[in-house]
Amino acid sequence: MATAARELTPHEASAHPAPESIVVRFAGDSGDGMQLTGGQFTLSTALAGNDLATFPDFPAEIRAPQGTTFGVSAFQINFGSTAIETAGDQPDVLVAMNPAALKVNAEALKPGGLIIADEGEFTARNLAKAGYPEGVNPLTDGSLGRWQLMSFNISQLTMDAVKPFGLGNKEALRCKNMWTLGLALWMFDRSREPIVHWLQAKFAKSPELAEANIAALNAGHAFGETAEIGADAARGLHQHHVAPAPAEPGLYRTVTGAESISLGLVAGSKLAGVDMFFGGYPITPASAILHHLSRLKEFGVTTFQAEDEIAAIASAIGASYAGKLGVTSSSGPGIALKGEAMGLAIMTELPLVIVNSQRGGPSTGLPTKTEQSDLYQAVYGRNGDAPMPVIAAASPADAFDCAIEACRIATQFMTPVMLLTDGYIANAAEPWKVPDMAAYQAFPVSFRTDPPAEGEAFLPYARDAKGARPWVKPGTPGLLHRIGGIEKKEGSGNIDYAPPNHQAMTDARKAKVDGIAAHIPPQSIALGEAGSRLVVVGWGSTFGPIHQAVRRARARGLDVSHIHLRHIWPLPANLGDLLRSFGAIIVPEMNTGQLKTVLRDQFLVDARPLSKVSGQPFRIAEIEAAIERALS
Amino acid sequence: MNDMTPVTSKPKDWESDQEVRWCPGCGDYAILKAIQRTMPDLGVRPESTVFISGIGCSSRFPYYMETYGFHTIHGRAPAVATGVKLANPDLDVWIITGDGDGLSIGGNHTLHLLRRNLDCQILLFNNEIYGLTKGQYSPTSRTGTRSPSTPFGSVDGPVNPCAFALGAGARFVARGIDVHKNLPGVFKAAHAHRGASFVEIYQNCIVYNDEVFAPFTEKKEAAARQVWLEHGQPMLFDGGLKGLALDAKALALKVVDVAGGDWKAAGVLVHDETNRSIANMLVTMPSGAHPVALGVIYQSPAPTFESAVIEQNARASEGKKPDLQALISKGQTWMVEKEPHAI
Repeated sequence: MATAARELTPHEASAHPAPESIVVRFAGDSGDGMQLTGGQFTLSTALAGNDLATFPDFPAEIRAPQGTTFGVSAFQINFGSTAIETAGDQPDVLVAMNPAALKVNAEALKPGGLIIADEGEFTARNLAKAGYPEGVNPLTDGSLGRWQLMSFNISQLTMDAVKPFGLGNKEALRCKNMWTLGLALWMFDRSREPIVHWLQAKFAKSPELAEANIAALNAGHAFGETAEIGADAARGLHQHHVAPAPAEPGLYRTVTGAESISLGLVAGSKLAGVDMFFGGYPITPASAILHHLSRLKEFGVTTFQAEDEIAAIASAIGASYAGKLGVTSSSGPGIALKGEAMGLAIMTELPLVIVNSQRGGPSTGLPTKTEQSDLYQAVYGRNGDAPMPVIAAASPADAFDCAIEACRIATQFMTPVMLLTDGYIANAAEPWKVPDMAAYQAFPVSFRTDPPAEGEAFLPYARDAKGARPWVKPGTPGLLHRIGGIEKKEGSGNIDYAPPNHQAMTDARKAKVDGIAAHIPPQSIALGEAGSRLVVVGWGSTFGPIHQAVRRARARGLDVSHIHLRHIWPLPANLGDLLRSFGAIIVPEMNTGQLKTVLRDQFLVDARPLSKVSGQPFRIAEIEAAIERALS
Repeated sequence: MNDMTPVTSKPKDWESDQEVRWCPGCGDYAILKAIQRTMPDLGVRPESTVFISGIGCSSRFPYYMETYGFHTIHGRAPAVATGVKLANPDLDVWIITGDGDGLSIGGNHTLHLLRRNLDCQILLFNNEIYGLTKGQYSPTSRTGTRSPSTPFGSVDGPVNPCAFALGAGARFVARGIDVHKNLPGVFKAAHAHRGASFVEIYQNCIVYNDEVFAPFTEKKEAAARQVWLEHGQPMLFDGGLKGLALDAKALALKVVDVAGGDWKAAGVLVHDETNRSIANMLVTMPSGAHPVALGVIYQSPAPTFESAVIEQNARASEGKKPDLQALISKGQTWMVEKEPHAI
């Protein structure tokens, strides 16, 4: 993501679309391998030294009926020579593998942008499936006049290219995505080498498939290089060369949010000095974390696929009780099911990390689309007065540090912690400067093992200066005790319903979580300075578009700043004073105004919402327009 | 690793300082005493023992044991226990649950704990009623049970806990009665079994369902209505005058008279606790003419869940160095040598 934190020059800011970045969207049927194509293009782009951001956009159905608009799967990548923080507003290039993909995605394309279509798929049958009226073919009726259109029979060209390998028709056509990738690699001057290596490894067991795919890749590349193209098309299909983005020196890799959270959790458990137990239940888009962690056994990670969401968190609580760092992960509907158990972890004051990869809601909602609408659920969504720290990741790379921070707070304060991410962060890939683990400060836990003095009772709910109770592993002699979800007596933890005791324990639980504010960094300003006329306050994956919009607005001379919150609960201690220093506050969120409400409640400030709940990330232009409105 | 060498203790050592708060005359008292009497015979250490419960009258149990204890949330004790045991397999885990907790709200967890075969003891206190919520019918209540929520009688059929456990793949299924002298023996067998040991205990709720089990627990009925099973011994009851034989035609058990102690001649079966088919017949015998099967009904050990997980983790880790810096540096990487100039 933000590998360079410089501000745009006025010239750069006004040159929109920024000439140094290109947005390409690959779209096809969900069986066409578009996510694979996009993923490999991402890799080659990163290897070429471009900064990039991606946005996978796929249907909830595993195999929706072929050729229909709701079966369209797309992968968008924005790459360029300045710091890239979003997957791009409007594509410059759309690769449409069938009529449905064209229909769904054409409107998003920048005026004058380039459409590359597989005319072999624009048959009467497929056109009908995509919902075009009988006799209408957008490739020939002039309706795409706003854009440059290049259509070739990619299906036939692919079949020709893989002919020598003797594949069946179906298998041969499966190589279409590689042909398209080859063309894209040529267009943007990318190396084919890493893709070739990847194909050889992927199809190691069936070399003929590897060879066929490589042949398709090469054929697509060669087509770009040698095709005889008419004068009109030449304007479109010239070879783009995008210069590498400025980046801090060091080792880089691409990382998705699901990967970086998994790695961050492992790192967090190591910094805490305890092994991790992960209880999970399959749910989109959170399952990838379970998949990643289940391959990391040598790092002391135990993974458990539970029978349901409740068992997933309950087993993690059991593991924390027994002395491991319990972690569970889900998405909104699953988080709702875990609510009662979160209360148990709050009541028994055990460390626990709960990752919520948010998706569109309510109920099943939009399983594969992104949204930030679980903030209320994270902060308030439990019975009783049940305070719980909440952290939100800004990007795939940021999620690594956020996961470590969640582990730190959970173990240092003996509390469950919720880490919010979303479908966009979980699936999107971006370059990540691999951190030096030696630079991280460890936060080793200490289990209580010494028995109380003769004649004194062990007090499992005695508190340290931070308000945290001792962590005792069952198996420790001399410290036998019982805990549970029933209100317990201060100190001893025995059942106690007495009115003053419940008041005291409720206050103690609240004070402990509130007190975490003193142990987190004060709120900084991402861009701009305190006291400007307007501040745009964001959290989570809206960082990219907000930051870009504020940069552009500032470059045009507007007095606006950007604040990005990592700690949602408790909020940083200085945040109230900081917010009050600005003339106006707008809060863009992919919900109907949840952080806005929390800020108003906590600080009595006039925070105004900017809402988007379409399942798509904010566009920079939308936030820029809101800034202009707020300042006019 | 915890110290697991056998220790000597007295029942008193297993009593916590907490006041027991069940209704006077509740069957739970007898079960608590039976456990506290059993523990010294097991040679286990209080600090290595964990009692985990859900919600309900029975689930207050952990507070009264001088061990580690976790009173969790309704129905979820098996899931919490699974995490405890995977985190520390050396702990001796007992799950305390009831008919509502373990078979209604937590039925799913009970099912999966049994099929996974987690090494623990599950004691299911079956009183056929919701006691803590003041007497509603439960999933084990017989059809027609009148309760505050079923004033005209319940219309749905009950679940048979032991048949459920066998169906879920349990490798140890036993039954006992709260006040019966054999209960500690059942607990000992459950503890000796490696894997999930499921014990259904008929427990009298003196307030909301008093004497529901009296037809076979009353002293004068006990001999004729209870068959206590012992591996390798004939299935005899009623002072040896009656026994259970196989009705091959109906593929069910039938009651036969035993004349002059010659049970073989009467065709009485010898209890083979490893026979799952007979176990199914024993737990589903219709009440009335048939006795109630008690004791260890089925036992056939299999590898435990936690040992399989730990073994696989160890195998998967073999020869791999847990180098965190190397892990995060994996995949397709590239070096940025010095800051390139922007265009």
